[in-house]
Amino acid sequence: MNKQLIYILLFLIASFNSAHAQEKDLLDQLGKDEPTKEYVKNAFKSTRVISSQSLEFLGAGVLDFRILHRFGRVNTGSYQAFGLDEARIRIGFDYGITKRLMIGIGRSSYKKEVDVFAKYRLIWQSTGEKAIPFSVVLVTGMTDNMMKFDDPERTNYYSSRLAFFNQVIIGRKFSDAFSLQVSPTMVHNNLVQTADDNHDIYSVGVGARVKLTKRFALTADYFYQLPNQLNDNIQMPLSLGVDIETGGHVFQLHFTNALGMNERVLTTETDGKWEKGDIHFGFNISRVFTIVKKHKAPKEGGW
Amino acid sequence: MKNIVVVVCLLLAAATVNAQDKFFTRSGKVTFFSKSDMENIEAVNTKGTSVLDTKTGQLEFAVLLKAFEFEKELMMEHFNENYVESDKYPKSTFKGTVDDISAVNFQKDGVYPIKLKGQFTLHGVTKEVLTDGTIEVKGGKPTGKASFTILLADYNIVVPNVVKDNISKSVKIDIIAAYEKMSL
Repeated sequence: MNKQLIYILLFLIASFNSAHAQEKDLLDQLGKDEPTKEYVKNAFKSTRVISSQSLEFLGAGVLDFRILHRFGRVNTGSYQAFGLDEARIRIGFDYGITKRLMIGIGRSSYKKEVDVFAKYRLIWQSTGEKAIPFSVVLVTGMTDNMMKFDDPERTNYYSSRLAFFNQVIIGRKFSDAFSLQVSPTMVHNNLVQTADDNHDIYSVGVGARVKLTKRFALTADYFYQLPNQLNDNIQMPLSLGVDIETGGHVFQLHFTNALGMNERVLTTETDGKWEKGDIHFGFNISRVFTIVKKHKAPKEGGW
Repeated sequence: MKNIVVVVCLLLAAATVNAQDKFFTRSGKVTFFSKSDMENIEAVNTKGTSVLDTKTGQLEFAVLLKAFEFEKELMMEHFNENYVESDKYPKSTFKGTVDDISAVNFQKDGVYPIKLKGQFTLHGVTKEVLTDGTIEVKGGKPTGKASFTILLADYNIVVPNVVKDNISKSVKIDIIAAYEKMSL
């Protein structure tokens, strides 16, 4: 056997041993952490961007009590306290059934309308193994106009009160600071005012969040209505706001040309013009309650 | 020639012995408690990784902060988003030594008191931690237990005024790790 080769071998083994004795990082010896799939959370602070549904969900077993206010138009002047003298409201409850499924119900003072919805997360943005770069969320719902029928002489069907909406939200949390979503939306009105009006209205929503600090973020919410569907006076809803989080509350304050607090009114009945000052101050308050606790936390010192 | 073979064997044996002095776990349990008049917050993580070198007394421990489980979903969200900022600082680690490890007989069943000293890192801040604990040897397998208390302010974790009644200024951390022999 070649002696030189043996010396080299000896040297290698010896150096391996000494390297072994000197290594500092013990945990490195366990090898790299297994790549684990991790779902991306908190793309938005709340389940709504401002008026539209966001990518976010409630946790399983969490109840969200939501109070929404939209005041009058700012351009009504000081006599109306710049709109603060009047308000439209929606009071609602949302509930998280699983991490991927939530439902909600609310009643708006405008048209005495009750809305219900279900929201399901089809694809969840994740990192790590088999990472998916975006989320896809499906929303479906119904609105029920509870106003007395205008014309009691006519044959009025209950179904005439109903409208339906379906929405697909595709979005991504690009970074801790920036999230963006696009949401094609379809609203179907069972009853429309004239025979010329469309029953189905299509629009595309865009929602974004820029998080400035841990508890403060800027938000924007917009819907583009596909052309030639609605009367000329109907505008594209645009809302600009802030999210402020304090413990279990999220406050969303904003300025908007839209009074709609459900998808139907928001995307098909907004008539305020930003450029004319038809702007409303509004806020959403969200307070969550944990109804079903995840697990019983261990007792202190209970090893 | 034969001598060389013997030396090679010895050196290889030394390498294996080196590995056998070490114990590890991937299921170390870390629990923390924040007690306050308003609310007790408790969280548990059962995926801590740790390596213990019984020769040198070196001990390292690491946990992924996102793997902590809370009673309420909102607590978990606030913990990750607002307090430890787990996207920015995903791990918390302890790197230190067991003082007088030679007093622990890893061949003999028993509970051995130990002193732990080392660097604890959380939220990007590293601080010296000194605490008492035990190593319990049973059937050749050691189980380590220790607990210590940290001040949130020491680790630049700021609790805003509105929730300062809900979150204690100091947090007690309990660690329990059942080690297995490491085989390289």
